[in-house]
Amino acid sequence: MMLQLILLLLVAGVVAWQAERFSSTLPRWVTVVAVLLALLMLIANLGGIPAERFTLVSYPGEPQGWLMYSQHAWIPRFGISLEFGMDGLSLLLLLLTLGLGLVAVVSSWDEIEFKPGLFQANLLWTLAGVAGVFLALDLFLFFLFWEVMLIPMYLLIAIWGHEKRAYAAMKFFIFTQVSGLLMLLSIVVLAFQGAGEDGISFSYSDLLASAPTGRAGMLTMLGFFIAFTVKLPGFPFHTWLPDAHTQAPTAGSVLLAGILLKTGAYGLLRFCIPLFPEASMQFAPVAMGLGVLGIVYGAILAFAQSDFKRLVAYSSVSHMGFVLLGLYAWNSLALQGAIMQMVAHGVSTAALFMMAGALQHRLHTRDMFRMGGLWQQAPRMGACAMFFAVASLGLPGMGNFVAEFLVLAGLFAVSPWMTAAAALGLITAAVYSLWMMQQAFQGRPDNNREMADFGVREMSAMLVMMAVLLGLGLYPQPLFDLTQPVLEGLLPRMSEPMSALPRLLSEVSP
Amino acid sequence: MNSIVLIPLLPLLSAAVLILSTGKMPRTVASLMGAGSIGLSALCVALLASSFLADGEIRELTLWTWMSIGDFSPRIAFYIDGLTIVMMSVITGIGFLIHLYSIEFMWDDESLCRYFAYMNLFVAAMLLLVMADNLLLLYLGWEGVGLCSYLLVGFWYRDPDNGAAARKAFIVTRIGDTAMALGLFLLLTELGTLDIQPLMVAANTQWQTGDTLPVLATALLLGGAVGKSAQLPLHTWLPDAMAGPTPVSALIHAATMVTAGVYLIARTYGLFLLAPATLEAVAWIGLATLLIAAFAALAQNDIKRILAYSTISQIGYMFLALGVGAFASGIFHLVTHAFFKALLFLAAGAVIHCLHHEHNIFRMGGLRSRLPVVFASFVIGSAALAALPFTSGFYSKDAILLAAWSLQDIGPWLWAGGLLGALLTGIYSFRLVFIVFFGEARTEPDRQPGWKMAGPLILLCVLSIVGGWIALPLAGVFPAAESHPVNHSVEWISIGVPLLGLLLAYLMFLGGQISVDKLLSAPMARRLVDFWFSGWRFDQLYDLLWVKPYKAIAHWWRNEPVDALYNGIVAASQWGHRRLLILQNGELRWYATIMVLGLVLLLAVMLRNAP
Repeated sequence: MMLQLILLLLVAGVVAWQAERFSSTLPRWVTVVAVLLALLMLIANLGGIPAERFTLVSYPGEPQGWLMYSQHAWIPRFGISLEFGMDGLSLLLLLLTLGLGLVAVVSSWDEIEFKPGLFQANLLWTLAGVAGVFLALDLFLFFLFWEVMLIPMYLLIAIWGHEKRAYAAMKFFIFTQVSGLLMLLSIVVLAFQGAGEDGISFSYSDLLASAPTGRAGMLTMLGFFIAFTVKLPGFPFHTWLPDAHTQAPTAGSVLLAGILLKTGAYGLLRFCIPLFPEASMQFAPVAMGLGVLGIVYGAILAFAQSDFKRLVAYSSVSHMGFVLLGLYAWNSLALQGAIMQMVAHGVSTAALFMMAGALQHRLHTRDMFRMGGLWQQAPRMGACAMFFAVASLGLPGMGNFVAEFLVLAGLFAVSPWMTAAAALGLITAAVYSLWMMQQAFQGRPDNNREMADFGVREMSAMLVMMAVLLGLGLYPQPLFDLTQPVLEGLLPRMSEPMSALPRLLSEVSP
Repeated sequence: MNSIVLIPLLPLLSAAVLILSTGKMPRTVASLMGAGSIGLSALCVALLASSFLADGEIRELTLWTWMSIGDFSPRIAFYIDGLTIVMMSVITGIGFLIHLYSIEFMWDDESLCRYFAYMNLFVAAMLLLVMADNLLLLYLGWEGVGLCSYLLVGFWYRDPDNGAAARKAFIVTRIGDTAMALGLFLLLTELGTLDIQPLMVAANTQWQTGDTLPVLATALLLGGAVGKSAQLPLHTWLPDAMAGPTPVSALIHAATMVTAGVYLIARTYGLFLLAPATLEAVAWIGLATLLIAAFAALAQNDIKRILAYSTISQIGYMFLALGVGAFASGIFHLVTHAFFKALLFLAAGAVIHCLHHEHNIFRMGGLRSRLPVVFASFVIGSAALAALPFTSGFYSKDAILLAAWSLQDIGPWLWAGGLLGALLTGIYSFRLVFIVFFGEARTEPDRQPGWKMAGPLILLCVLSIVGGWIALPLAGVFPAAESHPVNHSVEWISIGVPLLGLLLAYLMFLGGQISVDKLLSAPMARRLVDFWFSGWRFDQLYDLLWVKPYKAIAHWWRNEPVDALYNGIVAASQWGHRRLLILQNGELRWYATIMVLGLVLLLAVMLRNAP
């Protein structure tokens, strides 16, 4: 099913591209239908899985641990196969991917006039790449999908982006590509290092058993870490993000912030830490430090921006710092928080980028100094912006709060000082979020300006995302239940090395 | 049991409906929903209170488990004891009167719907805060209250100053909230739960009185309380928070928001009792705040700003009470303060409403005969605020001062400080009354308050007088305070000082026997009053310490300093590219020379290595 799902998205991309010949509005309907079909396919197949499977602890490396598993031979000479596996974590992220895929289409409904077919095709191919990343268990295959999601996104920015699109697209490509090559190197080292009598293998389960330790382990781990942290993005590898987000068309920003960033977090959680428990533990203080720096630095720079989209982009840098912290604190509270942050940030930031796109579409500017008092002309947009601004500053009742609270609560047990430093992010987030509201929606309105408020299409997308965030904030348990078995399988792998973490941290803290 | 759910649910639902109507609801329906839902909620509280008074049973109600990860499983659950009942009654009772008043006050505003939506959300959040059975749900209400204050202070969003005041309120309280969140993490890590009652039991078994951990945990919680209750050093948001409509100020100052910090300390008193150092800090913070705010109130000339500083000062008294361990007296003062402060703010609103939005007390005057109901309200409210005998404020403030006196060692100092505050309160509250309602009229009122405004005023007048005789059902909530026999002269002094304040105010601002101008003629005095007028220059100090540096750093970094690293890599590779380009110049002789040189070098190496 998993291979079919990815193929469906890839083929639909080709169809959407060709559909342009018949009508300029047909391609977007192709996308909508394809994504809905993929969702339907996923749900139909889930129905076939007995309910108790969802609560079974799934230990990584055991095929029966996956909710769905499939393997087809591909390049047997090098031990490469089309190996897919889905557990609660992949399922959750897949749902997020498809859901935000729909949001991306809706948000750019009538924005694209140039080659709408190719635009939709790139959108679908990106989704296919991301779905592949979340499902692939063979590391060679994983790398392939890592590239598949990169190139269509590059094209989205380079062709349909705003005024500085060439620079932004190139920067995005080089950052991701260089770090991806480091990861490829690490993957190859890993495969050859674990080669046994049956030859080499790229399979996750085999590599888990044979990962190198010591200095070699640290170097190999860093290859993965850099690739994933560039994508996340973590400080100081984040500088591609503000440019890429700002220049990308709305749908591109929604996909980038909503799901592409999450592949970095997913990679850390699925591969980087479990493959190298010891090296990860030694490296954890550095990773957490980068997380804290990212939170504070991103928040300060967000406040410094006058470009609406750039502000939201920097807020992503800040919020992803919490993910890095949660992952390396490595206990169930913090990990659940990190996963929740992936989902909640995906939704809230997608909504804010959609807002930015809607503003640019109406006002032909992203400069907040040229906005102000928009609440008067567009109260519905103002109310939506207010909702997502307070969601992003972590107001209780929304998913983002649950995420940040759990990350910090889990982190406190590991390092109170890091927690105190990271908690500064709660204050700085309020500073930039409210400043954004002031600049764009409050203040003196320009009475000569005509601006249409949100219509039914945009309002319904917004209401759905609001409902999701409130649901995650007030009853997050289904999400935790889905991912708890995955974490229970992963946690013991690391429990021994990670138990040394508080001691290690106390040596570096004041 | 279902009626308990209705109490926060009715305001919440009506807020949701009002928001979703996007302002298209007719005024009558919107006000009916806005005030009616709070009225029904108050009715439910009354029913609950009467059954609670009959059986005295603590009621607990779990709606659902919020989340469950390992041992951490906070619930959406309510815990209702005497303290909760008191708070709920204040919130919904006073809240309803303020809502009723708002209908008339806000009738002409184009955003009536939005106004009631925010107000109802405010009440709902505050109800969740006091009803929560665990600190996480309390924190939800806590932050919700912060959000609503932001929305309401900045309600008239077209004026950027209002927006600035609103952001200040949110961000300053958020600084406290973040400290509180850290306190929550500490409690959760050390004691394994955030449910308030089990938490206090666990703390008592695991910790000894005076240990570092309880002191640290309560200090962090105190950070949150100080922010929300506008105490030193996080009090600066409250004087600016009057940028919103006046009934909002009444709601913030009387029924919601600023009482939250007092409630938090009272609710978790078990933790604070384990940390005598924090408790003493609470008392000193309360005393310092009540004095600083009282002096500042003396120098203001904006009617709402005087009242704002008086709130800060009165909450200082509540903190003083909590700090000396007189928890019940602190809550008692919270209740009586809610009566007379709501009365004063609503009366001030009526003055402003009838005087074309005039705020400056020196442009008012002689309103005694022109606005008789408002005048009566102000006299009664100010008398209660100044704690004149037989008003509600007298009983509660007297209890606090006596409790302070009874404390060992520092007690008399705290008492004397509180007394000085009482004197100042007498002066500044009657200064306001004498200037606004006596003397010659400077602005003529253009209307009279209607029944929706006068009704709540009259009711609050009654409550401000008889409120001191209400017995709060707090028995069993707090440990019984030890009662010390107090010297009668101490009691007489406590009664006499506010009267002295009234007399001084009369001599200065009505009788004219003491000339204020002469007092202020000394340059030092003038400077002192300016200093008080600016609120002891706290705003300027914080601007210098925090706001300006933060803005400067943000401005300095706005173009991404980290990119310098990557631009450096780009520059280095471009440099290398140009250098290497020299080799590729297309001239044959150049290539031949290089080839020969290379061959020679190769041969030399080979010969050297040859055996």
